[in-house]
Amino acid sequence: MALLEVNDLRTHFFTREGTVRAVDGVSFAVEKGRTLGIVGESGCGKSVTALSIMGLIPKPPAKIVSGSVVYDGQNLTSLSERKLEDLRGRKIAMIFQDPMTSLNPTLTIGTQITETIRRHYDVPKSQARKKAIELLEEVRIPRASERLDDYPHRFSGGMRQRVMIAIALSCDPKLLIADEPTTALDVTVQASVLDLLDDLRTEHDMAMIIITHDMGVVAEAADDIIVMYAGQVVEHASTLDLFDRPEHPYTEALLGALPQIEGEGIREGRLTAIPGRPPDLIDPPQACRFGPRCPYAGDDSCTQQQPELRELRKGHWVRSAHPASERVGAARREGAPA
Amino acid sequence: MSQDGVLLEVKNLHKHFPIREGLLIERKVGEVKAVDGVSFEIAPGETLGLVGESGSGKSTIGYCILQLIKPTSGSVRFEGTELTDLGREELRRMRREMQIVFQDPYSSLDPRMTVGDIVGEPLIVHGIGTKADRKIRIRELLDVVGFNPSFTNRYPHEFSGGQRQRIGIARALALSPKLIVCDEPVSALDVSIQAQILNLLKDLQRDFELTYLFIAHDLAVVRSMSDRIAVMNRGQLVEIGLAEQVYTNPQDDYTKALLSAVPIPDPRAMKERKAARRKLRHALAEGV
Repeated sequence: MALLEVNDLRTHFFTREGTVRAVDGVSFAVEKGRTLGIVGESGCGKSVTALSIMGLIPKPPAKIVSGSVVYDGQNLTSLSERKLEDLRGRKIAMIFQDPMTSLNPTLTIGTQITETIRRHYDVPKSQARKKAIELLEEVRIPRASERLDDYPHRFSGGMRQRVMIAIALSCDPKLLIADEPTTALDVTVQASVLDLLDDLRTEHDMAMIIITHDMGVVAEAADDIIVMYAGQVVEHASTLDLFDRPEHPYTEALLGALPQIEGEGIREGRLTAIPGRPPDLIDPPQACRFGPRCPYAGDDSCTQQQPELRELRKGHWVRSAHPASERVGAARREGAPA
Repeated sequence: MSQDGVLLEVKNLHKHFPIREGLLIERKVGEVKAVDGVSFEIAPGETLGLVGESGSGKSTIGYCILQLIKPTSGSVRFEGTELTDLGREELRRMRREMQIVFQDPYSSLDPRMTVGDIVGEPLIVHGIGTKADRKIRIRELLDVVGFNPSFTNRYPHEFSGGQRQRIGIARALALSPKLIVCDEPVSALDVSIQAQILNLLKDLQRDFELTYLFIAHDLAVVRSMSDRIAVMNRGQLVEIGLAEQVYTNPQDDYTKALLSAVPIPDPRAMKERKAARRKLRHALAEGV
């Protein structure tokens, strides 16, 4: 059995303008000790998916209207807030994009770590403090015992993210959800934080969900990848298969749109831009949500009905009427990626 | 006057910001050397990429070139004219030739001005054309950047980030400048929109023979735009050369570390890169 199973999750926001279908039928599983990457552009629903798993969506306006989140056999969507609090941090922990705002500026980092430990374990302060120093050492913060009494503003962005990771690890969770953990960081700092997460995952035998807009980050960090578009999963495959043989026109386009750092003709060449922009999730198309931007969409089924997520080959799922491997000889609309 | 083959020449540029302390009586207690002795040249029609991490001083260089902030010392010559000692009026005239596109299309456009007013403002400031001429020119400019010209009476907030960046670019083009400083023009945009804007900038360069100073932190973005690339670290230029040479055969240790840290969308290559960058980091840590 998988450690975490998300089944047909729908999280909608009820606003004055209408119902925003931010997450609209998302299913996936995370196996013990593995890393799942969720990748997509702004507004595709990747963060709302994570917050829904954690029970952290703002209610109202948001509501999980259907589906389930099953952790270790327990359905989290039906748990009381109290029970959920016990579970958060202890079993599932989360780190966020912005290490500048997710720490409390008025408390020392020692206080913030020990308070998390003491929320979940009945231990004296001195012991929690000892554990806090160990944690800071584990996330490779130099002079850990001295830095414990510093306030967050004394730390750089990368160091703050390390503190956040230390807090997340404090109760030895089995699943760590990292929402754009390195987006606010410089590239060299990003590399060291990703290396750290990789080491910790192995040492603690954790499963991880890493949410990012960066294809490079999932290529290095994830075992499996979900590509999200307009609130839905459009492709789900192992990392190698996704990059070797991307199937969904959106995944292909995303990869084509990325500038490369090595190769020939980079300066002269053009990137494969995706025309248009994602649909409004208040009233998304009844048909394929990528249809209006898809170079392969014709007058066929994809303008009439929504494609289902189907397994194209073992472990490779795609939601499209025109996946790459079924497209041989198919007509291409102008501007389609070569 | 101008030297052949050089549009812009920056020589030994310094910009130091004072650090002040004290509540009522402020005094200077030190300074930050944001730009610390930087020199380079840009040829007409060329793109020089300026890459570096946050705080490396790359944007400050852009502002110093346009004299949006006064350099502490050093020289900035545009077509042979020294900009650092120009008066207000002369500088205003020079700015017709040099424009800037900012990072954040959400905060760099005046929310109370219509799209048409934003794009047309430089024309009014420089007293170009009649009202009717300007109207035609505005539509032309918007058309060139791929923005629907019939939306001239709308406001920036009605548009997405990519569309707003097009408005910013149209405004920068209004006076037919020779040099455009692009300061992180795509870093606030999603990948698919980023590609649209990068392609647009390439097209405009070809069609209008523009010269770019392209400032960005994303190494792949800089690579795709630049003929030559300069790498900044802590206010200094640590390496400059042809784009391909800098990326395939970096000479400076910082450039090497920077390049090895970039995650690339290739899981197989990533495995090797990960091992290599760990090794490099250990070597650098021991060297210090």
